[in-house]
Amino acid sequence: MTAEDFSKAGELVCPAGTPAALRTAVDAGADSIYCGFRNATNARNFPGLNFTPEELQASVAYAHERGSKVLLALNTYPPAGKVDLWREAAEHGMRAGVDAFIVADMGVAQHIATTHPGARLHLSVQAAASSPEAIRYYCENFGVRRVVLPRILTIPEIKQIKRDIPCEIETFIFGNHGLMVEGRCSLTNWMTGLSTNMDGVCSPAADVTYDREADGSMSSRLAGFTIDRFAPEETAGYPTICKGRYNAPHRPDGYYAFEEPISLNLGRLLPDLMAAGVHAFKIEGRQRSKSYVRQVVSAFRRAVDDIREGQAPDIGDLVALTEGQKETQGAFKTKKWR
Amino acid sequence: MTTMQTLRPVPRGAGLPSTALRMALQPVLRRVVRRIAARHPEMFARIAPYQKADFLIVAKELPFALHLRPDPDAPVMRAVPKSPLPPCDAHIEGPFMLLLNLVDGESDGDAAFFSRDLTISGNTEAVVSLRNALDDVDSSIAQETADLFGPPGRAVLGLLRRRGAAA
Amino acid sequence: MELTLGPVAYHWSAMKKLDFYARIADEAPVSTVYLGEVICSKRAPFFEREMPQAIERLQRGGKRVVVSSLAEVMLNRERQATADLADSNDFEVEINNAAGLYARGKRPHRVGPFLNAYNETTIAWMAGQGATHVCLPTEMPATAVALAAKAAQGLGLGVEVQVFGRAPLAVSARCYHARAHNRTKDNCQFVCEDDPDGMPLATRDGTAILRVNGIQTQSESYIELLAELDELRGMGVTHARLLPQDVDMVAVANAFDAVLSGRIAPAEARAQLGQGCPDVSFSNGFFYGEAGYRHIQRRAAG
Repeated sequence: MTAEDFSKAGELVCPAGTPAALRTAVDAGADSIYCGFRNATNARNFPGLNFTPEELQASVAYAHERGSKVLLALNTYPPAGKVDLWREAAEHGMRAGVDAFIVADMGVAQHIATTHPGARLHLSVQAAASSPEAIRYYCENFGVRRVVLPRILTIPEIKQIKRDIPCEIETFIFGNHGLMVEGRCSLTNWMTGLSTNMDGVCSPAADVTYDREADGSMSSRLAGFTIDRFAPEETAGYPTICKGRYNAPHRPDGYYAFEEPISLNLGRLLPDLMAAGVHAFKIEGRQRSKSYVRQVVSAFRRAVDDIREGQAPDIGDLVALTEGQKETQGAFKTKKWR
Repeated sequence: MTTMQTLRPVPRGAGLPSTALRMALQPVLRRVVRRIAARHPEMFARIAPYQKADFLIVAKELPFALHLRPDPDAPVMRAVPKSPLPPCDAHIEGPFMLLLNLVDGESDGDAAFFSRDLTISGNTEAVVSLRNALDDVDSSIAQETADLFGPPGRAVLGLLRRRGAAA
Repeated sequence: MELTLGPVAYHWSAMKKLDFYARIADEAPVSTVYLGEVICSKRAPFFEREMPQAIERLQRGGKRVVVSSLAEVMLNRERQATADLADSNDFEVEINNAAGLYARGKRPHRVGPFLNAYNETTIAWMAGQGATHVCLPTEMPATAVALAAKAAQGLGLGVEVQVFGRAPLAVSARCYHARAHNRTKDNCQFVCEDDPDGMPLATRDGTAILRVNGIQTQSESYIELLAELDELRGMGVTHARLLPQDVDMVAVANAFDAVLSGRIAPAEARAQLGQGCPDVSFSNGFFYGEAGYRHIQRRAAG
């Protein structure tokens, strides 16, 4: 099957943390929706979020009736002894009729490739495949048909990769801007005892506290460690370690050692990304609300349609939805980001 | 949304002392929460670990706070004094219209948090679970509540929304 | 169980590295030494000329030498370095990125800790592709280590676990050393060389918490699994990895060796270690499935 059989170039891949969010995404014009089960088999294993097998089945039916696809994220790394949970999730996904599985672990990829030879595999950003060789490894060994690229490459670099790989490229275009190479980050586990790779959590809410300080500022803490302190009117971000402020020998007054609270928005770069050979555009935010899904998906639906009609896209204003109320084009625009 | 403070306080109960107002509201709130619980049983699975948790929801403009316990067998929603606030597991505070829009899936909780319009304290996981549970409800809880009270209820909601939109 | 010395994660000068490996060759009770640049491709040229000399010196000291590949492969020079290393028949290689696996094909190789060999299915797959030895991710808890080790043993693979040194917690495309000095990665001027044991980060209220090492983020405290060595051995773990820190690594290796050979109790070795690593705190939380930074007091043997 060629790429065009699965979807047209410019496929809009949208997040859903609940069945209601999935329906919202479909209704707002998503070409495909990615989601996960309510357990450690995906990287957004957050409280109250995600799907039961029954909910997934009903959601796939809803999407298919309206011409949208559903991609199931099985993109965490099962620790030894727990592999069965990922295999069961794959079975549930097959039964629900999902259109593709998003995987990171080689064992999970191989299991699905051998047990369900017809299933379509996408390589998760959690696999951190950032070179043609790494991507080809997964394509040739497991039949991967699409790679979700880490958010660390410039557009010319993406173009170069596209020339050397036999599969489609999906890139993030909007949302939370992960700073660490995905699938290689144990920061949360160091502080909390829950692992991003094995448990699917990042700064688990159960370990997060917000405390009002005597001076009116607000401190965000993870497992008791102060991640950041915000002045009363200062905009805030997620309480993740990589978005915190720290002191270093040369920076005694505290600074964002990794990145400030900011969101990715590549609205203006969509034509360049398409010209570079990006097939699918991914919107981050399975942990976000229906309201976010509706606004972001609608905006990018219009933008992609404009581009397809040869017009300049108008992405509107999404800054109110962004972390720290700030936007960046991250690594995509310039090497200087690194 | 930061301009919400300029809104005139929403229903003050025609000068009733706040204790009397709370007393008058209790049976109404009880009816509302039972109705919502009965109509959206699927919501409770998402807050399973926190069905016995006590949430305090504090709308800045209201003279009282709301105490919510999302227990499917004995749901609680009642008006409680703002000072001193009773003990709770989690505390959610923001402008009234923002809270209304969050309940209705019309606003994004993370965005409201980033802009500092929404403040949370206490058990963060409980708050996130509640938010996600509410967000999975397709219909408008505010509308359902208004519908409970017929045309007067809908009129009040309409007025609130127009005020919110004008802000 | 054998002791190994993992690759130096920091940007030490060529001279410092040569001296370090000479001493390891002569004095450290480790069977295997991994070397090569794993973190930043910009640093590699600084030791390229001296590396054969270091390898030869280690081999003369009776050490088995393995060259480790980059954890992150993105730029052309990183792809080239990875391909060149994977093509080598001169020494054993440890691969840390799928690009290296692709280039190596089915020729024998070791799997590094950055390749995410978390479970028996993945390890079996890797064994089928020519892996002879696997170093498990540092964050794996004992329960999973035991099962992974059993699986690896059944496949005839060596199994390695980090037992000493700062925990590698994350890598990024961005250089945080450069960022701390208001520079970019391309214009870093190798400022990371100033911090041979990493650059400390403390929370706003003064708790030392992390270390920056170029694009890598590490823990502030050192992992130390002296009291757990016996249990690791019982699980079938064949190799215990010491990660080089800017302390007397010969003394560190001696302390671990003394416990492994039963000459001294873990508590005594720990006291020695503490003397050799002043101002350092130790952690073992990962092993117990707890927050990594924690130090869990092991109950008396039994």
